[in-house]
Amino acid sequence: MIVLEHVTVSYGTGTGRIFAASDVSFRVEEGAAFGLVGESGSGKSTVLRAIAGLIPHAQGRVILGGREMSTRRSTAERKMAQMVFQDPYGSLHPNQTVDQTLSMPVAIHRLGDSDRRISSVLREVGLGREHRYRYPHQLSGGQRQRVAIARALVLEPRILLLDEPTSALDVSVQAEILNLLARLRQLHGLTLLMVSHDLAVIAHLCERIGVMSNGSLIELTSADALASGRVTHPYTRQLLRSNRGFDRSGAEIVDAAS
Amino acid sequence: MSAALTWRGWLLDPAPVSRRQARLGRWFRAWLAFQRNGLAMTGLCVVSALVLTALAAPLIADPRAAILQVLTERLQPPSASHWFGVDELGRDIFARIVFGARTTLIIVALVSAIVAPVGLAIGLTAGYFGHWIDAVLMRITDIFLSFPRLVLALAFAAALGPGIENAVIAIALTTWPPYARLARAEALTRRRAEFIEAAELQGASHLRIILSQIMPLCLPSVIIRLTLDMAGIILTAAGLGFLGLAAQPPAPEWGAMVSSGRQVLLGQWWVSTIPGIAIFVTSVGFNLLGDGLRDVADSRSS
Repeated sequence: MIVLEHVTVSYGTGTGRIFAASDVSFRVEEGAAFGLVGESGSGKSTVLRAIAGLIPHAQGRVILGGREMSTRRSTAERKMAQMVFQDPYGSLHPNQTVDQTLSMPVAIHRLGDSDRRISSVLREVGLGREHRYRYPHQLSGGQRQRVAIARALVLEPRILLLDEPTSALDVSVQAEILNLLARLRQLHGLTLLMVSHDLAVIAHLCERIGVMSNGSLIELTSADALASGRVTHPYTRQLLRSNRGFDRSGAEIVDAAS
Repeated sequence: MSAALTWRGWLLDPAPVSRRQARLGRWFRAWLAFQRNGLAMTGLCVVSALVLTALAAPLIADPRAAILQVLTERLQPPSASHWFGVDELGRDIFARIVFGARTTLIIVALVSAIVAPVGLAIGLTAGYFGHWIDAVLMRITDIFLSFPRLVLALAFAAALGPGIENAVIAIALTTWPPYARLARAEALTRRRAEFIEAAELQGASHLRIILSQIMPLCLPSVIIRLTLDMAGIILTAAGLGFLGLAAQPPAPEWGAMVSSGRQVLLGQWWVSTIPGIAIFVTSVGFNLLGDGLRDVADSRSS
């Protein structure tokens, strides 16, 4: 469903050139859930944004649903993949009600039947009629993230890109949102691609996992392998240890490049 | 009583059931915040009084009295028959003030109608697209900004001939650049916001993003700035009128009225002073209103 071939994103030229993502390739089957982990600045969000088409100057090939994406995507190509952003406070327009936020995509893609679509998608993400005409400041963080998920789903995409969808939420709400995503995935047969620095969150939702460091994809593994500690790259091992809580042995410095 | 309470409850309902209710509730909350500000309410009263006076001018004063010259009664002091006195050509100053409100309001409205759209269009385009479009548009803005306002307005009115329309064009020409800058700054800060990226991802066109996502966020600051600028616009218009480049006699215009009384200022103070007070009160009114609007906008964004 998602095929990435040699995707490279760089800024600047010459010696000052910085690679936010270099030569990243992987594929995700239809209906699968793939997780990208790594520390801040490892390039995982860059890869996600390149797939979403938010980085026009990204090099390499992005193939979604068997179609190679062009630099300027058509409306139909946009409909294929939708994204949920990290910050539920910044990703909703502050002056628009939930209803307005959800009706814009329906209007852009001329899907019609806006009223029915909006109420059904709100029901799916667990929001009631009473939330439909509220402004974002009248909603809690978890409710806002549900609205953001509804906005992505109202276009009926086949791929859902998730950029740390739970990191701005408190733990109990995190679990609710993760369960909601798992349920929606089953319901619609969605292909998920999630980015997170939290291994537990990734392992909860994704079967296959890619580890990123310094802009490169350094290891492809599975949630099972991660749970039993069968990982090969030293950086992944360190990441695993640091996620298990504070431990003196995790203090040893392992160079990701080695 | 209970009907009023029901309305209030309906407006302040935290879970509105329609678009209209949500929007009206939002306006009502802003109005409640605005109402608590005494000075802002004073400004609103002054501005409303100005608008009402302009609309109902023929009912308040006799239209003929504003231009009728009764030379035997010239320079009469304020009295029961002429509340604000009589000017040097024997015209009733009260009637001229009332009809002058129309001239002032027309100038203010026309300038706003030109300045806000032009400033928004240029500023939003520059801020949203960035790069060379931004550079070109902002340099043009800088050029206009570098002209001294009254001098350009003077030159323009002198070249095109005196008159209200030319005064409006002259004032608008020198007033729009700060609006373009304001809109550009807002567009720049919002350009990278995640909700803009989300709209882009949904396939929204540039025009749609600018009009439906960015412009609503710029409008409050533009409207506030416009209200605060009203005082300056009124003063510039009065200045042009004083120099004889705005409304032409015998049409009543406050600036020209101040000018006509300057020969007799020491003996017959009311001829200049009363239109001066009208200009002053209107300017202060618009300023207070603008301040109040800004306070409401600030409290909402914080």
